[in-house]
Amino acid sequence: MSTTTPGAKSADFSTSTPAKREITTKPRLSDKVFRGVATGGGLSSLLILGLIFAFLAFQGFQVLRSEGLRFITGSDWEVVTDNFGVTDLSASKFGIAAMLIGTVICATIAVIIAVPISVLCALYLTFYAPNAVKRFMVAIIDLMAAFPSILFGMWGYFVLMPHAEYWARLLYKYFGWIPFFKMDVNIFERSPFIAGVVLATMIIPIITSISREIFSQTPLDRMQAAYALGATRWAMIRAVVIPYGRSGVVGGAMLGLGRAMGETVAVYTTLNLVYQINWQVLIGAGGNVASMILLKFGEAGPTETRALMAAGLALFILTLIVNSIANIIVTKTGGKGR
Amino acid sequence: MSENKVAIKPGKPWAATPRERGVNLGAILLAALGSFALVAMSELKGKLAYAGVFFILIIMINFILNYFSRGIASAKDSIASTFAVAGVVVTLLPIASIMYAIFERGKAGLNFNLFTTDMKLNGPNDPIGQGGLLHAMTGSGIMVGIALIISLPIGILTAIYLTEIRGFFTRPIQFLVQAMSGVPSIVAGLFILSAIVFPITKTPSGLMAGLALSILMIPTIARTSEEVLLLIPPDLREAGIALGGTQWRTISQIVVPAAKSGLITAIILGVARVAGETAPLVLVSGGGDAINLNPTSGPMGSFPFYIWKSFTFGTTESIARAWAGIFVLLVLIFILFIAARLLGGDRNKK
Repeated sequence: MSTTTPGAKSADFSTSTPAKREITTKPRLSDKVFRGVATGGGLSSLLILGLIFAFLAFQGFQVLRSEGLRFITGSDWEVVTDNFGVTDLSASKFGIAAMLIGTVICATIAVIIAVPISVLCALYLTFYAPNAVKRFMVAIIDLMAAFPSILFGMWGYFVLMPHAEYWARLLYKYFGWIPFFKMDVNIFERSPFIAGVVLATMIIPIITSISREIFSQTPLDRMQAAYALGATRWAMIRAVVIPYGRSGVVGGAMLGLGRAMGETVAVYTTLNLVYQINWQVLIGAGGNVASMILLKFGEAGPTETRALMAAGLALFILTLIVNSIANIIVTKTGGKGR
Repeated sequence: MSENKVAIKPGKPWAATPRERGVNLGAILLAALGSFALVAMSELKGKLAYAGVFFILIIMINFILNYFSRGIASAKDSIASTFAVAGVVVTLLPIASIMYAIFERGKAGLNFNLFTTDMKLNGPNDPIGQGGLLHAMTGSGIMVGIALIISLPIGILTAIYLTEIRGFFTRPIQFLVQAMSGVPSIVAGLFILSAIVFPITKTPSGLMAGLALSILMIPTIARTSEEVLLLIPPDLREAGIALGGTQWRTISQIVVPAAKSGLITAIILGVARVAGETAPLVLVSGGGDAINLNPTSGPMGSFPFYIWKSFTFGTTESIARAWAGIFVLLVLIFILFIAARLLGGDRNKK
């Protein structure tokens, strides 16, 4: 463009020089629209979560108001209808205490079983496995995470339950003196323990992949320093990997807990619902909010459906709290890759 | 090895020598023999006893071997590695068991009719050869399609906001998307029920099911796309802007096309995530037995609902149907997964 270039016709340039463009960092209209749309898309998750809360609360409000605090502290679920088949709200009892506690018990059992297995598995995949084995295993575990829950439900019911029942009998035989493992009634079928085992198989892939991700972020220099000081692989893991990844694994476990709490179909097939708080996990009587909703939904009238929506709201809030705590822990660990 | 060769091959001094491998194999054999002997002698019985005794024996043998050859630190290390391997075995056992169960129980119900007829004229208790899955396939296809149409723009826009625009809301949205991925599937169904079916349409339909599925699909697509977009090198963006492109043109014509295969992976993973969701469909799809191609009216069948209905019906024939249904569904999910792997390629390679 310079006029000093030999052979350039400077006269032509003077006529065709475009008007000086304004140099600015202000976004153009297209960018403004684009940013607005993308921000809107991003905020839609807030909108959806807000709507879920609002509508469940709105539909459940009637029941929540008439039950008050008893909705969370009571355990009875009785629908009283008058002669015309209309539900009498003041006489009916809707309480989900047993279901809420049962949900937490089942999910906790699942996490207690799943965490050691998944952490060991993640350690193997990150630090022991040859590359080919690792890739294959990661693919398999990812696939398992995508198995539909009804598959776990059917597998749990037909295949796992007889085995798990046998394990429950063994537990009772050798550890029956522990209060949680006591049996007042001799029913081993469809107990919280069995549901917990099924849930554990469902959350093992989730916890494994989160733990693996966190272990693989372990700072290389620290690992090499440990090896250079003569550490064996286990000594290195204990001195470097576990202190680094501990809180991340806790977060992963909590994510698994949240997933286990919200699981519906797999629990529906393997857990016997009883409207009474039961701490003895080997007895075939437990509670679960999600599978109660599924169970009651088919025969529920309008008022009971509203009560189920209130129960859904309780489940939504419970899982939201657990997941939020888990996410905070995981992101904190993930970010500090020093 | 020690001949006069110019180029020295890089060795692997840490790899097990044949002798070490022999010793390891011997240890495993010894532990197996020992577990058989111990279980036969004692009162213990069952597979669990064999596995338990074998596990304890192999730890003891490895510990002793390593203790005498390399000392206490190495002996502890051997315990840890045995435990790690045990963790993998325990993880793989249910997968193997599930695969085996599906194959073993599902093959009885497989026949060609599954792909050509629906269940309009048949109940779940009819002999296996009658009736099919066609209504479930079309229904699932339509529902997942609706979910995809809704979730894809929202998911990708969210990902673009999180990776490209990075405004004030980035952290909160990241947090919310993760929170949304933890919404229980039954709550998604209840939400559609309380927000649309209950007050407005009054009847379940395929569209409602699609809406419920989209709530579960958005976070999967958003998070996977976010990961994919983060992998696009910043050079590309800078090049686009240096050429005078606006942010809109840079992203729409450079970044997104560059991430195309990864975004397709995100779609596939999202589809695989919701294809088997059962609980919301039981609440809002209505679950018809005939082919219904109209998502806005009438009950619509689907894979999970068909499996669910056959399973809860509880007779031998209906349960065989359920296993056959789950066989077909899982084959579909498997194909989707392989497609995602092939397209996504390097995403998980670290």
